[in-house]
Amino acid sequence: MSSQIQADAAALKAEVRGQLWKDNLRDYGLLGSLLLIVLFFYLITADHASIAPVNITNLIMQNAYVVIMALGMLLIIVGGNIDLSIGSIVGFVGAIGGSLIVYMKMPYPLVIVICLAVGMLIGAAQGVLVAYAKMPSFIVTLGGMLIFRGLTGNMLLGQFVGPFPKGFQNIASGFLPDITDIEGLGSALPDWATNFHLISALLGIVGALAMFVGAIRSWRRAKLDGMEVEPLPLLLGKNIVFAAIIIGIAWNLALYKGLPIVLVIMALLVLLYQFITTRTVVGRRIYALGGNLLAARLSGVKTERLIFFTFANMGLLAGLAGLVVAARLNSATPSAGNGFELDVIAACFIGGTSASGGAGKVMNVVIGALFMGVMNNGMSLIGLGIFWQQVVKGLVLLAAVFVDVYQKRKG
Amino acid sequence: MPVILEMKGITKRFPGVIALRDVNLAVKEGEIHAICGENGAGKSTLMKVLSGVYPYGSYEGQILYEGQERRFHRIADSEHVGIIIIHQELALAPQLSIAENMFLGNEPAKNGIIDWNEAFRRARELMQTVGLKESPNTLITNIGVGKQQLVEIAKALSKKVKLLILDEPTASLNEADSAALLDLLIEFKAQGMTSIIISHKLNELARVADSITVIRDGATVETIDCHAGQVNESRIIKSMVGREMTERYPHRSVAIGEELFSIRDWRVEHPQHAGRAVVKGVSLNVKRGEVVGIAGLMGSGRTELAMSVFGRAYGRNITGTATLEGKALTLDTIDDAIASGLAYVTEDRKTLGLILNEDIKHNITLANLGAISERGVIDEAQEEQVAIRYRTALRIRSSSIHQRTLDLSGGNQQKVVLSKWLFAEPKVLMLDEPTRGIDVGAKYEIYTIINDLAAQGKGVIVISSEMPELLGICDRIYVMSEGRFVDEMPAKEASQEKIMASIMRQYAGAFQ
Repeated sequence: MSSQIQADAAALKAEVRGQLWKDNLRDYGLLGSLLLIVLFFYLITADHASIAPVNITNLIMQNAYVVIMALGMLLIIVGGNIDLSIGSIVGFVGAIGGSLIVYMKMPYPLVIVICLAVGMLIGAAQGVLVAYAKMPSFIVTLGGMLIFRGLTGNMLLGQFVGPFPKGFQNIASGFLPDITDIEGLGSALPDWATNFHLISALLGIVGALAMFVGAIRSWRRAKLDGMEVEPLPLLLGKNIVFAAIIIGIAWNLALYKGLPIVLVIMALLVLLYQFITTRTVVGRRIYALGGNLLAARLSGVKTERLIFFTFANMGLLAGLAGLVVAARLNSATPSAGNGFELDVIAACFIGGTSASGGAGKVMNVVIGALFMGVMNNGMSLIGLGIFWQQVVKGLVLLAAVFVDVYQKRKG
Repeated sequence: MPVILEMKGITKRFPGVIALRDVNLAVKEGEIHAICGENGAGKSTLMKVLSGVYPYGSYEGQILYEGQERRFHRIADSEHVGIIIIHQELALAPQLSIAENMFLGNEPAKNGIIDWNEAFRRARELMQTVGLKESPNTLITNIGVGKQQLVEIAKALSKKVKLLILDEPTASLNEADSAALLDLLIEFKAQGMTSIIISHKLNELARVADSITVIRDGATVETIDCHAGQVNESRIIKSMVGREMTERYPHRSVAIGEELFSIRDWRVEHPQHAGRAVVKGVSLNVKRGEVVGIAGLMGSGRTELAMSVFGRAYGRNITGTATLEGKALTLDTIDDAIASGLAYVTEDRKTLGLILNEDIKHNITLANLGAISERGVIDEAQEEQVAIRYRTALRIRSSSIHQRTLDLSGGNQQKVVLSKWLFAEPKVLMLDEPTRGIDVGAKYEIYTIINDLAAQGKGVIVISSEMPELLGICDRIYVMSEGRFVDEMPAKEASQEKIMASIMRQYAGAFQ
């Protein structure tokens, strides 16, 4: 009898371990497919143009808005809602920012603050309607999408408003300073050092090492605390790959102009939202209410307030994206942000976020966003027509979600 | 009588568990065959194997039906040969009419166009057979659970059923509806139909069943022939739990202290219909270490009372006062109620109690995340320890604290909900139907937990439709009817008859 119990317990333990492997493999399948399409475009673009430092820099700058807004959209979708208005908010915030800088001659740091506040207010207003007035988010934000697109047009009257001061443009197209920028030092350095962005490369190495050491330490702490942890080879393997990717990208960028400022903003935001979703009470409660609103409410979760928060947060991030887009184009345009909501929502679903709420991971959504970005960029490089690009993106979205649903059904 | 169905050596594995281990079941033609066993014993799994929910090939063993080996790949295959299963959670579309539901997926149609006259004619016929007095046009949402159950049965009849399987058909029915349903089964039997009934209500089984197959831990224990000899509840229970349950209710030493919690003149109106009183001036008190029961029929306002007290989770225009430890309480939000030391364990664990998609750990800590976090950041190691502690203490049967609550059996799900509220460290617990749909063994464990809570000096309020349960575990019982407390008695002096009499006295005037 007792040997039967022992055998059962052993089988159960093996089962749990198997499940951990499986859960992890599901996540890394996504990363694997991203690496595959990177490899694909590397092989088929002329002179491997897809991994040229200038192209990688472009790719990051072009797609920053998707990553930034996908972080907010993840929380919205996990909470069981959707936000269709963010493309219009991007345009509207850009129009306000452009007008304030160009017509009102306001200093740009003040304009940045105002624009972020405007984005957050719009999100908050929609949040009030969804959370407290109990209107369906699809309808509220569809209304917002029309309203703010219209207001953008009215404000700009078909004009491009620009250009902007250099400092403002730097948000989207600036780079971190290098030691060569220090006065008198530039000429004293050897040639290779002036053509290589040392600080960026170092930052990449330091960041990768910090991540690697941090991951190992928290794994060890968890193991000591008696928690169930992923197998060591998997942990090491994945962190070595991650570290290699980070160093590789930093090195690559160092060969051109260094790390774009917008990449640093993105990286910090990703870390912040990773922390919020996995470690904080607020994050946990958003997942709970998305999983079962009634049960969460009966457990004392202030569901209305949290849903409101997810919309205000989304508005803030859309405001930031609006600044990035305006700064990159160096002008506010009536069509800025058109259709961005679809890219962002697609990134979330490619990243495996559950359409019914309650489940989704920051890292997977970032990979989903990069997936879209790499495809956009790669298809442009090989000269695929814009309409075919849309067809391909649609197919990829369907394929990704199909695989997800299929895996879940298989258990 | 010939055997209509024989399941031989059925083994069904899930990742991590063997749900069925070499199960055998033989059902004779024209009998009512009961299957009982503790929650998680594998009863529902067995029926899913039979009906093709788990297709041929996903299990080992053989199904013989009407003398032939059958390999069902989907539900339609089993329905085709006359095996119809009615699940515990009814599968009706609430916004469609009775007739529409009855022929859903089986519409009397020609070239895709539904012959509604024919449908209504047949619906009326079938409704008469099952004794359902409603218009076929009535929407499902407008009839009670008892009548919905009848619609399901009528629907089964419309499909030319030979073997009807009912999974916990009376779990959410009151006594009158349950009795009517069982009578209907007996009537069908007289007409030669075979049924399989899964139930926890042993007194009902003793009344209608011809044979009883007992399943324990995924294996058949025995099949009892009810006509061969005396079958009583304790005989079945013994077989189910594998030991003699001499005591259905654990003993406890009662130590009742001073008054802990009270409400005065509590009034609640219906959330949608303003002015319609649901709770009409109720006063109640609980002392330290006391277990107080609220008896009453379904719809008497017991759940509404408890939920309205729990931070206005139900109702509108709520008036009345509440005091805890002599101090007046503000109970405007659920947060207030939890912070003041109240807990409400819902009667509906799936829709109101659990985040089914999340694991045991996240569910247990949800109502008290403050205790395992600092400045809003969760201490994961501490959370893990809390979850392990409750999983062990309440003996939650699961592969680990990381198992999804969706995959747990009813009794274990209930233990997770209880763990959540125990971890919130309340002073007063309101338990709404704490043992609904769970087996005898798990019930005993939950009663033990209730006793422990009382022994710690907490106040416990138990709402239950099972009167023996209230009599077995409470110190004092309130009787609720039509939104009022109509009686109050010490449990020692109470009996089922006395409680029913108090409820009925209310209506006595109506017939004079």
